[in-house]
Amino acid sequence: MAPTTLAKAVNMGLRKAMESDPKVLVMGEDVGKLGGVFRVTDGLQKDFGEARVIDTPLAESGIVGTAIGLALRGYRPVCEIQFDGFVYPAYDQIVSQLAKMHYRSQGTTPLPVTIRIPFGGGIGAVEHHSESPEAYFAHTAGLKVVACSNPVDAYFMIRQAVVADDPVIFFEPKRRYWEKAELDESATPPPLHSATVVRPGDDLTVLAYGPMVRTALEAAAAAAAADEGRSLEVIDLRTLSPLDLVPVLESVRRTGRCVVVHEAPVFLGMGSELAARITEACFYSLEAPVLRVGGFDTPYPPSRLEEAYLPDLDRVLDAVDHAFAF
Amino acid sequence: MSVASSLGGQAGGGEVAGGLMGRAAPETSSVATSTTAGPELVQLLTPEGERVSHPDYALDLTAEDYRSLYRDLVLVRRVDVEATALQRQGELGIWAALLGQEAAQVGSGRALLPGDYAFPTYREHGVAYCKGVDPLKLLGLFRGVSHAGWDPHDHNFGLYTIVIGSQTLHATGYAMGIQKDGTEDAVIAYFGDGATSQGDVNEAFVFATVFNAPVVFFCQNNQWAISEPLERQTRIPLYQRARGFGFPGVRVDGNDVLAVLAVTRAALRNAREGNGPTFIEAFTYRMGAHTTSDDPTRYRLASDLETWKLKDPLERMKAYLVRSGMADAAFFAGVEVDADALAAHVRKGCIEMPDPDPLSIFDGVYAEPTALLAEERARFAAYLSSFADGPQADADSAAATAGGR
Repeated sequence: MAPTTLAKAVNMGLRKAMESDPKVLVMGEDVGKLGGVFRVTDGLQKDFGEARVIDTPLAESGIVGTAIGLALRGYRPVCEIQFDGFVYPAYDQIVSQLAKMHYRSQGTTPLPVTIRIPFGGGIGAVEHHSESPEAYFAHTAGLKVVACSNPVDAYFMIRQAVVADDPVIFFEPKRRYWEKAELDESATPPPLHSATVVRPGDDLTVLAYGPMVRTALEAAAAAAAADEGRSLEVIDLRTLSPLDLVPVLESVRRTGRCVVVHEAPVFLGMGSELAARITEACFYSLEAPVLRVGGFDTPYPPSRLEEAYLPDLDRVLDAVDHAFAF
Repeated sequence: MSVASSLGGQAGGGEVAGGLMGRAAPETSSVATSTTAGPELVQLLTPEGERVSHPDYALDLTAEDYRSLYRDLVLVRRVDVEATALQRQGELGIWAALLGQEAAQVGSGRALLPGDYAFPTYREHGVAYCKGVDPLKLLGLFRGVSHAGWDPHDHNFGLYTIVIGSQTLHATGYAMGIQKDGTEDAVIAYFGDGATSQGDVNEAFVFATVFNAPVVFFCQNNQWAISEPLERQTRIPLYQRARGFGFPGVRVDGNDVLAVLAVTRAALRNAREGNGPTFIEAFTYRMGAHTTSDDPTRYRLASDLETWKLKDPLERMKAYLVRSGMADAAFFAGVEVDADALAAHVRKGCIEMPDPDPLSIFDGVYAEPTALLAEERARFAAYLSSFADGPQADADSAAATAGGR
């Protein structure tokens, strides 16, 4: 087992998916010879050919729209949207067509399309390259939405997304692409739509996904080392739609406190839905309201300001302090 | 002769632009707003019912073929008239009439082979008929009991698509899949003049041409996008749009079922033979309103309607059958009997169509069901059953009427 980066893990997962099923296609802008701007599809066209790894015209609606047609013909397209902020031209095809066609067809027409989106900030990029649009998609019935946070999950989750018969929006934490972990391809992964406890604790539950899982873990380590010695339980949500609330509710009933962390703006973000559901289900166990740490309710700022915008260890701990102050 | 060769070459070759420019393109500055039918209109049957020939589009049909084309035109119009009446009587929420576009739809629909896949808008009732879809399935959508009641793969006829132009990309992707499969099927994408302004349609042209996909773009130019005239969508004839994308475009008399059949067959054959897409502009007229909710008297002249009545697709075919002696009074009477029977089927089936069970709201959202949605469904079921004589009781009796579910 060699340490594997998250980008490489997605690459390996895609490779495995393509080897397992000749109907799996990879399509997007620059995914062929270049291997994608993040090199996630590196080498796939060389090994699987131009018929299966398709450099598309530069048109996101066209990518998703033709992927729908390919899926209707029996293929399993995996579309790459180059950056989070470029997905909106495809939004209509995703929301009005991809998400609804199975329902429209009264269940006769599955659309096994995976849409990979590198998301989130922290890489010093120009506008439209650092966004967190997951709530737009999680709000849409008919889509499934997941976000991986580490190389091992990235490898297994992309494979699970590709074999799923529903459309899956697959968010990849672009600033974690180069982080490494030991990857055992023979391991048995948890189901795609399950949350996992990545650090057990007793005093407060931190919910995170994608790039914020590492931040949450760092906050938990710092909280344990601090004078108060607080024991934070960190849950990697992994699946945003459907949510896996079972471990979340079990945890909050035990800890009585909860902080949700994401990069997206807090207003109507994933944290809002989680807070509402946790409050409803754990009302009598809560010692404090569910608190949210997220991006501000502003457009994503210029990159010289992103450190101030993005939740970090201190902002998570600040919310933890607030939760204990109630 | 194939569409491509008739227009100067195959898609993707330098000949396309040159050939088309040489044939039909004025200088850009003089293109102006000539969007009306010109001498380039392909026609095999005049409005008076005279059979004419065209150098590029031969059509060899038997007398039975001619008769059955006429029969289809009549039946399709009859379904449309019946559905319009059902809407007026409150049995349908809305209906999008195809009145005047029967030839464009039957001509192109009859050109399709069983393996060919059609991607419709929401007005392709005639194509649906040609593909074997029971008209009642269409009515279900307009009655509000389903979003589409047919399995697209049973008929190779896609689901009705209401967002304008989206389906042209699905058609192109499907055609790319055919290409990968190496079969000789082809795809036809239906859309209207208004849709040509949509980004998706233009993206479909790009994808179809750069991948040389076996797809025919069939534009029914019925002159109106609800209230907006063609001039609000384009300043050149629509079929000339194709030239800029590097594929052939042809304009056909959309009220001439023979010409539409011949031109569509040629385009499909061209696609099958690996020559890529063709744009067909079927020049026609929306004789009715956009839908039953629309009022065209607010935006167009009655005199236009009168002009187009003289080009009626059914009348010219009938005139030809009579004049050529291919059909007698008994044949026409028989067609009327068939139309009456179909109308009765549509009317009875529509009126008897039950409302769906409220809990079916939750059906088919996902191929792989989720626990959260199952929970929501269970809560709603419990809520409904909390009414002694409430919605669930009504639904139960409706379900019983329908034979249970």
